[in-house]
Amino acid sequence: MNPPAIKVHQLCKRYKQVLAVDHISFEVPTGETYALLGGNGAGKTTTLSMLLGLLLPTAGNIHVLGIDMVKDRFQALPRMNFTSPYVDLPHRLTVRQNLDVYARLYGIPRRNERIEHLAEHFDLTSLLKRHYGTLSAGQRTRVSLAKSLLNEPEVLLMDEPTASLDPSTADQVRSYLKEYQQRTGATVLLASHNMQEVERLCSEVLMMKQGKIVDRGSPDLLVKKYGRETLEEVFIDIARDTGL
Amino acid sequence: MRKGLHIADSWNRVMAILVRYFYLMMSSWPRFIELAYWPTVQMVLWGLINRYLSVQTNGMAQAMGLLIAAALLWDVLFRAQLGVTLVFFEEMYSRNLGNLFVSPLRPYEYALALLTVSFLRTAFGVGVASGLAILFYQYSIFDMGLPLLAFFTNLLVMGWAIGLLVVALVLRFGLGMEGLAWAIIFAFAPLSGIYYPVSVLPEWIRPISLALPSSHVFEGMRAIVNDHVFLTDHFFAAVWLNLAYLAIGLVVYLYTFKIARKRGLLLQMGE
Repeated sequence: MNPPAIKVHQLCKRYKQVLAVDHISFEVPTGETYALLGGNGAGKTTTLSMLLGLLLPTAGNIHVLGIDMVKDRFQALPRMNFTSPYVDLPHRLTVRQNLDVYARLYGIPRRNERIEHLAEHFDLTSLLKRHYGTLSAGQRTRVSLAKSLLNEPEVLLMDEPTASLDPSTADQVRSYLKEYQQRTGATVLLASHNMQEVERLCSEVLMMKQGKIVDRGSPDLLVKKYGRETLEEVFIDIARDTGL
Repeated sequence: MRKGLHIADSWNRVMAILVRYFYLMMSSWPRFIELAYWPTVQMVLWGLINRYLSVQTNGMAQAMGLLIAAALLWDVLFRAQLGVTLVFFEEMYSRNLGNLFVSPLRPYEYALALLTVSFLRTAFGVGVASGLAILFYQYSIFDMGLPLLAFFTNLLVMGWAIGLLVVALVLRFGLGMEGLAWAIIFAFAPLSGIYYPVSVLPEWIRPISLALPSSHVFEGMRAIVNDHVFLTDHFFAAVWLNLAYLAIGLVVYLYTFKIARKRGLLLQMGE
């Protein structure tokens, strides 16, 4: 097994009386795609935010690419990226301008070349001159995905990466992500409610509930362990406490 | 070499935010017009008042331009503060803070970008109004010469310090604090002696007034316009006070980022 690109130990986040993440520990080996699965409020987004250094943990350690994200996150951030439907991009800027600004922030050489390459892969070429605010939800998701790959991140964190995409586009995006990961050896951690996506992309699933990791394993293993047909049924079992 | 590279990377990130703001301005003519609109309205208004008073009162004729100069310099302070806060609000309105702060952009680089945009906005807005003052009233604030640069810089820095404090408050308490961005500066207006000397104020308020860099700037401005004298004591008082104000503004701004990371505010910010 490869050395871990992401290493989390006894991670905890408390907001006053609410324990959003409850002493979780996990590792994601370099070059693997793992999923955080769980219902609303399970602690997935909170965990991703702490991994990105956007949120300080109450306790525990986070290392990404061997770097302590609490103390030295700026050493790791140029080698990481993130996409989420819960953050947005400036509406008055065109798609190209938005990507250009982020390419500058990440210090990307040959910015235009990179933007055009990603625009082609995410079917954004005809949208490059459009204001971001005029795009549909699905088109915005694609722009956000392109933004997240601008710096060819070694670690990619994704919150609902294909939310708002039609099945065909979602399928294309998943294919690109898989190809990207195989080509670059990137490590991906995604939070998703889309079981089909998780089954296709992820080698390991971390099931979260009420801030804890309640189970883990490969999609196939979890399906077998719970005696179910699909991962979705496993998800429902865990969410409703009807499994095992 | 390594340090040089860090500085170059850092500067590129500051430039990225400046480019982002440039794109915004190019795509929005109302935002562009707004830059010069208010300073021009203020200048025209005070120019007309000045013209009326100079006809009514003999003494006012000597102070030709005093009110216009005061109005223009006051706007430097106002524009400088708004320049910092409005640019920050643009990121909040577009829910872009989460993306910005998972990039390698440091909070201090973002602050530097905000201050640079503020300088450019202020120089443009007040510059246009100053040009129009020459056209409308044959009054040139540039006749003050180098002292004008000292006044401009001091008011700019004070505006930055207040702007950073407002950004910190909005970051901490959300867009409910937005109104403060517009209103806070007016709390300083009566104390700053913009249109009257500090000696006009009640005695017990004067120490408070003299603790503001702006009061020293406006005292200095009156000395230049009325007596053609540059008061170095007021200049240095403004400089020292501004250094303290800016240091406080930066410390509070950076500390609030830490609080925002503790409370998860950077992902929640939005309309």
